[in-house]
Amino acid sequence: MTLYLLRRVLLAVVTLWILSIIVFFAGQVLPGDPGRAVLGPFAAERAVRAYDHQLGVDRPLLVQYFGWIGGLLHGNMGTSYTYRSPVEPFIASALANSGKLALLALVIIVPLGIAGGVVAAVYSGRIIDRVISLSGLAGSTVPEFVSGIVLILVFGIALKALPITAATDPGASFADQLDHLILPVIPLVLVLFGYIARMARAGTVEALDSDYARTAVLKGLRRRTMIRRHILRNSLLPTITVIATQTGYLIGGLVVVETLFNYQGIGRLIFNAANGKDFPMLEAGVLVIGVVYMVATLIADVLYTALSPRLRVGAAS
Amino acid sequence: MSADVAVPGEVTVAHAYAAPPASWRLLARKPAFVAGAGILLLWMACAVLGHLIAPYDPLAQQLLARNAAPSGTHLLGTDPLGRDVLSRVISGARDILTIAPLATLLGAVLGTALGLIMGYFGGIVDAVISRIVEAVLALPVVIVAFLFVVAVGPSSLTLIVVIGFIFTPLIARTVRTAVLIEGQQDYLPAARLLGERPAYIMIAEILPNVLPVIVVEFTVRLGYAIFAVATLSFLGFGVQQPTPDWGGDIAANYGLLGAGYWWETLFPALAIASVVMALNLVTDSIEQVLSS
Repeated sequence: MTLYLLRRVLLAVVTLWILSIIVFFAGQVLPGDPGRAVLGPFAAERAVRAYDHQLGVDRPLLVQYFGWIGGLLHGNMGTSYTYRSPVEPFIASALANSGKLALLALVIIVPLGIAGGVVAAVYSGRIIDRVISLSGLAGSTVPEFVSGIVLILVFGIALKALPITAATDPGASFADQLDHLILPVIPLVLVLFGYIARMARAGTVEALDSDYARTAVLKGLRRRTMIRRHILRNSLLPTITVIATQTGYLIGGLVVVETLFNYQGIGRLIFNAANGKDFPMLEAGVLVIGVVYMVATLIADVLYTALSPRLRVGAAS
Repeated sequence: MSADVAVPGEVTVAHAYAAPPASWRLLARKPAFVAGAGILLLWMACAVLGHLIAPYDPLAQQLLARNAAPSGTHLLGTDPLGRDVLSRVISGARDILTIAPLATLLGAVLGTALGLIMGYFGGIVDAVISRIVEAVLALPVVIVAFLFVVAVGPSSLTLIVVIGFIFTPLIARTVRTAVLIEGQQDYLPAARLLGERPAYIMIAEILPNVLPVIVVEFTVRLGYAIFAVATLSFLGFGVQQPTPDWGGDIAANYGLLGAGYWWETLFPALAIASVVMALNLVTDSIEQVLSS
């Protein structure tokens, strides 16, 4: 178990390192130079060059990379070109905001997706199964901004039932914040529902087909009891892994949803950084997303191992 | 006796040639497939004949008819620059319906080649490529696309290449699994014993057998490609204004939703949704027919 975990962490570190290289070099080929972007099109060429020199972006790329990665290892993520101050406070507050949105989405989607999948599997082949499977498939491929627009139109503008921006005044109450997050969270839920329901359905169908399910039926257990006691536990294992891998899609969705609903999260932060050619902010933001994603998959792997009796016994011997 | 022996052989041959039309007939009998394919064909017609069907020039501005509500003259209204929304929705089909299929095709070709090599050779080749594939898969797809499109600058070609490259490892993984399953069949050792070269075996022997998997994977990925192109356009890193584009038009106009100008945002949004839904109906039907 320890050895397995060590291996997993090591792999995650290697992947992160590859990610840091990709992020850094993609950041450096960005068209236009930061001095010009910050000082504007009318600044003198000499001023731009001086500013670039001050930022250190006129050094060779390898030197810049090692400077950057060295800083990261000391907890220094860089200085924003746009705000001329360290990026950490921006990243931290954006991450906290996105965390609220993502957590709310997960709290809604996990029970909903699992319930949908189990119902579809139990009524496999019937109309309700087709409806759940097809709507899940449709939901997972309609872009968040499309469903978001329709939601804004219906609930925000036609019915005037919910606020159409996610931003609240500082110090707003929990209920007020929640009220502002309802509309933004629905597009995320729609996209994720299909994946989770499909996994839960596949797991349940397999479990229903197993020998122990047949035994349970033959010994006279009621169908409801059998599903709750024997099927659910087995069908939920693969679902855990899927939920973790979906954090990636969730984070990708945040860029769109946060832009659409004007919410100061990590997605909007990297979107603004990309538009403003604020390399350090962009690089730090994407790297933080990578770390969050890696940690989520790691936790899922650990949970999977801990919950699966077979793997647990195998590791103990 | 000899006639009896020949008959089963002929039946097999006839059956082999009859197979594709049979699955087509099965598809054509599914209402979901017919509906989906019909909607897709409609949008393809818009993409090809857009300038002939559209009632107005999608770029023509009428400054006296800005933000006009849907009416007899402008069926879907006009946008803030007085451009006809219906014409822009019709013409907007072109870019997304060229970029997404080309990107998916690029990903499918590269992914199939990679998957065949990984599955056929196995060993170190497979292990090394699998590591790289895993590293790429560990990054959120939209974020990677975003990063690279920003880096290289938005253009149709950039979108095709970036999305194609991101799809490559995803498709490679699926093809690799299919090839591994296929590897247990007897015809592979037979082909090797005949002295056929690996490239020939992969292309002439394995590829036709894993083709159904690739077809399904292609249609599924096509949906995600449309998702990605629309999203990047919405974020301002796809097709650039003033070229009519659904995602781009939504991004340009959704700020006016609060002012009550809903038509210039809603209709492009419905266009995207209809394409995606139609594609899902087609994909789902193909999957069912191929797996039955």
